[in-house]
Formats: sequence, C-alpha cells, structure tokens
Amino acid sequence: MTITVKGVAKEFGGFRAVDDLDLVIHQGELVALLGPSGSGKTTLLRIIAGLEFPDRGQVLFNGDDATARAVGERAVGFVFQHYALFRHMTVFENIAFGLRVKPRAQRPTRAAIAERVGELLRLVQLEGMAHRYPTQLSGGQRQRVALARALAIEPRVLLLDEPFGALDAQVRKDLRRWLRRLHQEMGLTSVFVTHDQEEALELADRVVVMNKGRIEQIGAPAEIYDRPANPFVYEFLGQVNRVPYRGEGNTARVLGRSFALEGAAGDGIAYVRPEEIEISREPRPDSVPALVRHVTALGPVIRIDLDLEGSDPVEVSLPPARWRDLCVAKGDAVHLRPANVRIFPAA
Amino acid sequence: MIATVTPAANALPAPRRATREGQGVRWLLTTIAVLFLLGFLVLPLIAVFVEALRAGWDTYVAAILEPDALAAIRLTLLVAAIAVPVNLVFGLCASWAIAKFDFPGKSVLITLIDLPFSVSPVISGLVWVLLFGTSGLLGPFLAPLGIKIVFAVPGIVLATIFVTFPFIARELIPLMAEQGREAEEAAVSLGASGWQTFRLVTLPNVKWGLLYGVLLCNARAMGEFGAVSVVSGHIRGLTNTMPLHIEILYNEYQSAAAFAVASLLALLGLVTLVIKTVLEWRYGAELAATRRH
Repeated sequence: MTITVKGVAKEFGGFRAVDDLDLVIHQGELVALLGPSGSGKTTLLRIIAGLEFPDRGQVLFNGDDATARAVGERAVGFVFQHYALFRHMTVFENIAFGLRVKPRAQRPTRAAIAERVGELLRLVQLEGMAHRYPTQLSGGQRQRVALARALAIEPRVLLLDEPFGALDAQVRKDLRRWLRRLHQEMGLTSVFVTHDQEEALELADRVVVMNKGRIEQIGAPAEIYDRPANPFVYEFLGQVNRVPYRGEGNTARVLGRSFALEGAAGDGIAYVRPEEIEISREPRPDSVPALVRHVTALGPVIRIDLDLEGSDPVEVSLPPARWRDLCVAKGDAVHLRPANVRIFPAA
Repeated sequence: MIATVTPAANALPAPRRATREGQGVRWLLTTIAVLFLLGFLVLPLIAVFVEALRAGWDTYVAAILEPDALAAIRLTLLVAAIAVPVNLVFGLCASWAIAKFDFPGKSVLITLIDLPFSVSPVISGLVWVLLFGTSGLLGPFLAPLGIKIVFAVPGIVLATIFVTFPFIARELIPLMAEQGREAEEAAVSLGASGWQTFRLVTLPNVKWGLLYGVLLCNARAMGEFGAVSVVSGHIRGLTNTMPLHIEILYNEYQSAAAFAVASLLALLGLVTLVIKTVLEWRYGAELAATRRH
C-alpha cells in the first residue's frame, strides 16, 4: 500500500512535533524514520497509524483520505516501543486478540484462530511458547510476540516504533536481519522509527532523516551516507570530523589542502569522514603534520585519534591491513591529507 | 571441633550494610512499633469481644437477634450494597479519565476526589441536610411529592457514598497512571472497540487494585458513623445503621448488647482484612507480575 503524507502538522501544547511535512511511502518499501529524540519521528509514525490525529494535513492510503479514520479501521499493524503486550494473557491469547475482537460476522472460528496463531508462532520462531506469559519471555521474544500479534490482523502496513531500542546488542543484530528477511518474504509496506543510524542504514530501503519536526533528507542509505544534504545529516550519520575553515578568496584550506569554494566565499565548516583522510609517514604535497594521540585497534576498523597544530583533534579510520603497513603507534608524527571534503559555508 | 575454634577465628565481621543501625536503636524502634500496635489496635479489639461475651453467649445472641439490631444490620448491609457499586462505577470512570486522558480541570478533579478525606464527616452529613432538609435548598420541592431524603434511607445512602467515594478512585488512579496507555492503544490498533478494550485489557490489569478499593470502601461504608449520624434522625428499626445502633445501646447503659453488635461490626471489618491478606498471599506472584513492567 502506498502511504502519502500531505502537509501534516501536529503541535503538543505549543511544541511543534511535526511541522508541515510531506512524504510518500511506496508499496512494499521498508522505510526508516531516523532522527534524534524530539525530532517528531514517533509522532509522524503515530499519525500514520491513527493513534494521533494531525492538526493540519492529510494521510492518504492508496490515494484514499484516511485522516479521519480511527486506528482500528486503518488495518495497520503497530509494534510499540515497549511492546505493550497484554501481560495478563498468554502468548497465544496475545496473538489471537486481534482475531477474537472482530465483529461476530467476520470472526474466524476457534479452529481457524488456533491455526492462524500456530502459523504466526512458527513465523516468529516461538513454537512451544504459546502458553507462556509475557513476563516469562526475554526481550527479543517479547518483540517477536508483539510482531506476530500485529501481523495477525493481516495489516496492509506494518509500523514499528523503535523496534530494537530495548534489546541488547547481539539480539538486536539478529532480530534486525530476521526482520529484513521477513519484510522481503511478505512484501508488506513497513515503516520503522529509530534513532540509531546504523540500524536505519542497514535495514531500510529508504531513510527519512528528521530533525525538529521536518525532513532533512530522504534517500537510499548509500545516498544519505555518501551525499548528506546538510550539516545536520552529516553530523547525525556516522562518524565525521568537523573542521572549521577560513575562506581565502575562492578557496578554502581544509587540513592543508585547498578546495574550491563554489558560491559563497568566506568562512564555514568542512566535514571529512574518518575513512576519507589519507595518512602517511612522509609529508606529501597538501598534507599537514599530526601527532598520534591514541590508537583503537579493535575489529575490522582501526581508529586513530590525532592532534593537529592549530586545529581540533581529528579521527582517522583505516583497514587493519593498511594500519599494519603503516605501523603507527601512540606518539608518532604522521601526515594527513583529506581525500574528500564537504564544505558548508557559514550562512 | 567447635570447642577448638578460637575466638579470633570466630570474629568474622558480619556483612555490613550502609543503612545498618546500632543494636539498641533497632530494638527500641521495634519495641515501640509492637507496643503501639498492641496498645492501640489489638487490646481494644480484644476488649470488644471480651465485653461482648461477658454476660454469656445467650445474652450475646439475644442482643443480635433483637428486632432493632436486625433492622440495623439489614440497613447497614443495604447501604453498603448500594454505596459500593455506585463508587465502583464512579471510581472506574474517574480514574480512567484521570489516568488515560488529559483534559482541562484534571487537577481540580483529583483534588475534589480527596475532599471527603479532608472534610469532617459531620460536614459530609450536614451538606445533605442543607440540600434536602425541610428548610434546605431542594427539600421544599421534594416534600410535596412525598420524597423524603433526609432522616430516611436515601439520605444515609447519599452520605455514605459521599464519605466513601475516594477509596476506589484513589486506589486505581496511580495504578492506571503507572500502566500508561500503550496496552489500550495496542488493543485499539488491533481493532478492539472501546468496550472490548476496557473489558479485556484495562479491567484485568487493575483487578487487584480494584478489589482492594472495593474492600476498603466496603469496610468504611459499613462503619461510617459521623456523616450518617447527622442525616439519619436515629429512628429505631428504620434509620439506624449498626454504628448508630451501637451508640444508642451504649448511651442507654446496655453495654453487653452494645458490645455484642460492636463485635459483629468489628468481625465484618476483620473478615475484610483477612480476605485481603489471603488474596495477597494466594495471588502474590500474579500481582507482582501485573504491577511490573
């Protein structure tokens, strides 16, 4: 199902949670709403679900205006941040809830409900847990019960609010991969909210970066990561070195190297990703000297913190093989050269 | 073996807690608490039963089976049977509204619910006399219609409801507020109607709190004296509840009869407490589970 959000705004007691926002989510897409807390991402998700009603604007489902429709009539599956399982019901009863509360005429038979719940339990890999209570489950298991419960009503859209927020790192990774697969198999239009950029980039087809109730950028993960539209997106996504520069005519000097300033001359801020800084033992044209302050040699990426004269410290990352070739350690003098820089002139 | 252990080896330091008090302080506090309970709760209660049975079992039974006493017992049970369900409905409505929604005047409503706790029971009775008495606000309109509120059963019921209405609401508001709105939102998003959500999700989540509230409310409804005394008019066999009947007997120096009825009333209160304790013990685990999370 295609979801169209048109000029939606929502205030809470003078605070603009969502500010005149437009967004189209296509059939079968997995979209992440990414932003810091207070950026309006959860409010937007709840407005799409019908748990919150916008002050202005429209929400269209396949072109039909659904703005005034109650959540129960929208056929959306909503997975809550803290799962919101019914704690006095077993896993089975939780999953069956959406089927049992249907009007008598549409309600499946007992046997049909049991069969459907069985299917869902298999889907979320919780066979044999049907008669447990939510308090007897681990966080990851609760999450999957919440998902099965939302899927039981055969929703047209799946909405997830911080689906992995309350889980520990390993479970989070497994569940993320599992959800990705599930989405591919079912082809359900899905939207999830997260403040974790890694999660958004890994899981989503498209990422919507939000800040202060507005959309900063929409795009595929690679697009967002490689070509951030503005300083906010740059700083919010991934590690980045923030280097203030002084404009000299039409060029800016960033870490020793000159870059052409298109348009606005003057001072500004340059962003350089740690992996886009070359590090060498010998000075090269356009390089600046730096002093190794700390090396974090853990995992697939080696991180090096460096002190520069007359500038803020800089972080550089490189593959372990390259690091072994270079053979730098704490206290060594090296030379840096930025391979790629994004420049945002001060407004 | 034990005899050979030297005192030095024995003197392993006990695990120390930061909040540990000296031996003397602990003893003192415990003794004060126990003595206080004995003196102010257990002793008087025992006295009631001893006094009640002092003149023998036959006198005891006679005092309770006496027509005026039976009428008082009936009236007390009737009043509780009306007041408790009314407050149950009110308490559920009020706590639902306060815990789950934001609306203007919410804090005023919370304050108002506490009103019966903060005003004297005499005033709680007097307001009904001022409203429905012969020279009251509404009394003159109701009298020609043959509707008698004050110095009759309706007045006693009204006064009791007024005095006892905070009990259930007070028990439920913090519980519902703590549980939040998520479970209800989940139910609604799964297509449940408002009534289904209430019956299947909200109510089961607060059932223990609700039961506590009902028990406390019931105990107070049966035992209320001040407010009821003002509106009752003390008509024997007609508008006397058990507490009023006890007072009349006592004032007439029929202390054996007074204590007999008093012991029955105390027994009703004790039964309430026992039910509460048994339920807590029986369903303690489930209770903890629903409160957690």
